[in-house]
Amino acid sequence: MRRIISVLMENEPGALSRVVGLFSQRGYNIESLTVAATEDATLSRMTLTTIGDDHKIEQITKHLNRLIDVVKLVDLTEGAHIERELMLIKVRASGAQRAEIKRCVDIFRGQIIDVSATVYTIQLTGTSDKLSAFYDAVGEAAILEVVRSGVSGIARGDKVLGL
Amino acid sequence: MELLSGGDMLMRALADEGVECIFGYPGGAALHIYDALFRQDKIKHILVRHEQAATHAADAFSRSTGKIGVVLVTSGPGATNAITGIATAYMDSIPMVVISGQVASERIGEDAFQETDMVGISRPIVKHSFLVKDARDIPAIIKKAFYIAGTGRPGPVVVDIPKDITSPATTFEYHYPDKVKLRSYTPAQRGHTGQIKKAVQLLLQAKRPIIYAGGGVIQGNASPQLIELARKLNAPVTNTLMGLGAYPATDRQFVGMLGMHGTVEANYAMHHSDVILAVGARFDDRVTNTTSKFCPSAKIIHIDIDPASISKTVPADVPIVGPVESVLNEMLENLKHADEKQDAAALQEWWSQIEEWRSRYGLLVKPRYIAGDKIMPQEVISTLWEVTKGDAYITSDVGQHQMFAAQYYPFDKPRRWINSGGLGTMGFGLPAAMGVQYAFRDATVACVTGEGSIQMCIQELSTCKQYNLPVKIICLNNQALGMVKQWQDMQYSSRYSESLYEDSLPDFVKLMDAYGHVGIRVTKREELKSKMEECFAMKDKTVFMDIHVEPKEHVYPMHIAPNGSMRDMWLNKTERT
Repeated sequence: MRRIISVLMENEPGALSRVVGLFSQRGYNIESLTVAATEDATLSRMTLTTIGDDHKIEQITKHLNRLIDVVKLVDLTEGAHIERELMLIKVRASGAQRAEIKRCVDIFRGQIIDVSATVYTIQLTGTSDKLSAFYDAVGEAAILEVVRSGVSGIARGDKVLGL
Repeated sequence: MELLSGGDMLMRALADEGVECIFGYPGGAALHIYDALFRQDKIKHILVRHEQAATHAADAFSRSTGKIGVVLVTSGPGATNAITGIATAYMDSIPMVVISGQVASERIGEDAFQETDMVGISRPIVKHSFLVKDARDIPAIIKKAFYIAGTGRPGPVVVDIPKDITSPATTFEYHYPDKVKLRSYTPAQRGHTGQIKKAVQLLLQAKRPIIYAGGGVIQGNASPQLIELARKLNAPVTNTLMGLGAYPATDRQFVGMLGMHGTVEANYAMHHSDVILAVGARFDDRVTNTTSKFCPSAKIIHIDIDPASISKTVPADVPIVGPVESVLNEMLENLKHADEKQDAAALQEWWSQIEEWRSRYGLLVKPRYIAGDKIMPQEVISTLWEVTKGDAYITSDVGQHQMFAAQYYPFDKPRRWINSGGLGTMGFGLPAAMGVQYAFRDATVACVTGEGSIQMCIQELSTCKQYNLPVKIICLNNQALGMVKQWQDMQYSSRYSESLYEDSLPDFVKLMDAYGHVGIRVTKREELKSKMEECFAMKDKTVFMDIHVEPKEHVYPMHIAPNGSMRDMWLNKTERT
């Protein structure tokens, strides 16, 4: 099962490599990983998505917690949560295709953020599934380049991951 | 406030932490530190002959004393040579602080002379590591390093210090912190009361209980509590390889070591039990054999300081996260007030079953080897036990001799059996014996080894000379890599691929002479005991006993793998359970 784990960790050099190292060392998968500083300069927040059964996820969270740099973590998929991913995508757009692609972008509530005579650069946010669905809609043949940010997530409601 | 250089601050911080000795080896990036060491007199330094030995010696210093061993090495090759010892300590959860010199801050990343990314290279085998970026941070980092190494599930911590940080050119105000607080690190202080109650109930209801105790009991100083609990419950006790000595081996309730080369009675008792109390043990693959077939009718109570150890390979029914000492104390307290009574008849029956297994298979009741003219390796260990009156510190290398020592030297006290259990590091024994002997100057310290393992760190004979460390090296010389050969016998139709070297072994007696020590060769069985007595009578000498043992001997019992359960064992070359 796909899980989204949010980790608050010390904003120390090497902290990221400890987390990434843990995954490769113990043979866990990382589907995506994002990390950046938070409003508290001493902390950074990482969101990672991984795939595993309950036993594996339990081991992953236990081992993450064991890292000295990890302050707190939560498996967002255990409760109601919001996940978003940003995608920038360049597609071939010329002639009749231009209108078709514009319509498709509107349907997916994306934005065309750069234009050339033959190419649209599109920005799209949403769940990972939605972004993947956009590929299919546009068709592989038209896609020139894709960059995805990886998943960021946050719990719904009053629940807060903080100190 | 006093002004000190980075190097002086490091030495002062170590002294303030209570460090008495450091095992190490100097080199370019560590020279400021070594100069600071020279200019103080609180901390002693033991100069080894290879950095690997420094880590093993400090590790064994930790294992035998319960204090935290300290290592000091230089950058690059000094640091990488220390890696094997750090991994050894990590696998066995041994607290240790390793200080490594690093190239100057502004050279980092330039592939400078003797540069290696120590923090990176050691990352998977340390509990934590620090790269010092500002000399002012040294006292706080040292405080944190010792705190992290010694609390919770102990482990090695690396402190990598660039050369400019320890330079005598700049001085700083020195203040050693009294306390350390890490928001991201709060090891459990006690177990969950409800779970502890549940565990006690389960144990009282048990008809066939067994206590399976590991190295955590020794690290957690919980032997007295373990003994008291075992006596109160009248339950059989088995120890892991790492746990030997946690429960007195000559006690009636002790059924021997369990696992791959454990006793039949211990493995049978585990397999047939209905409640297992696992204390500070981690269900290692060398214990469980095939996990899906592990102890089919047992409910498992698992006490461990590390939540990640619980339900890792075998699911626990009653998990208890906490320090073993505090959890066992609380269990004892609970037991006093429990209404439930044990089923005395069932327990009686359980014990007669165990006694029956013991009388049929017990190692010490009926030795599994046939004594003839040749010296049997098992007999060497039994003789060692007799001659040292069962009261020596025994370190060991890795291989057949290690298993024979674990099987045939009953340890009655914790911290007496010092071996590389998790990583299985050949070369561990001699430097480990040095670390123990340095900690206990008057104690009898023996290193049980083989002619293979001893050659992996044999250069340390020179260190023994320099610091007058009268360790006794008991070498079970079978002229081959015995354990490799045993597996080749059992699984590869005796094709001895690269496990033989008999024509090129050194003359150990002459070698000892060259190092200024004493060498004794034993080839005749009738001389074994007298020569060994002679060896241990030389209290202030480092002595090497080159004992030529039967080369064809295998270690038994032995788990049948793959796909075997705890009770599936080879009893000898032809019989199985």
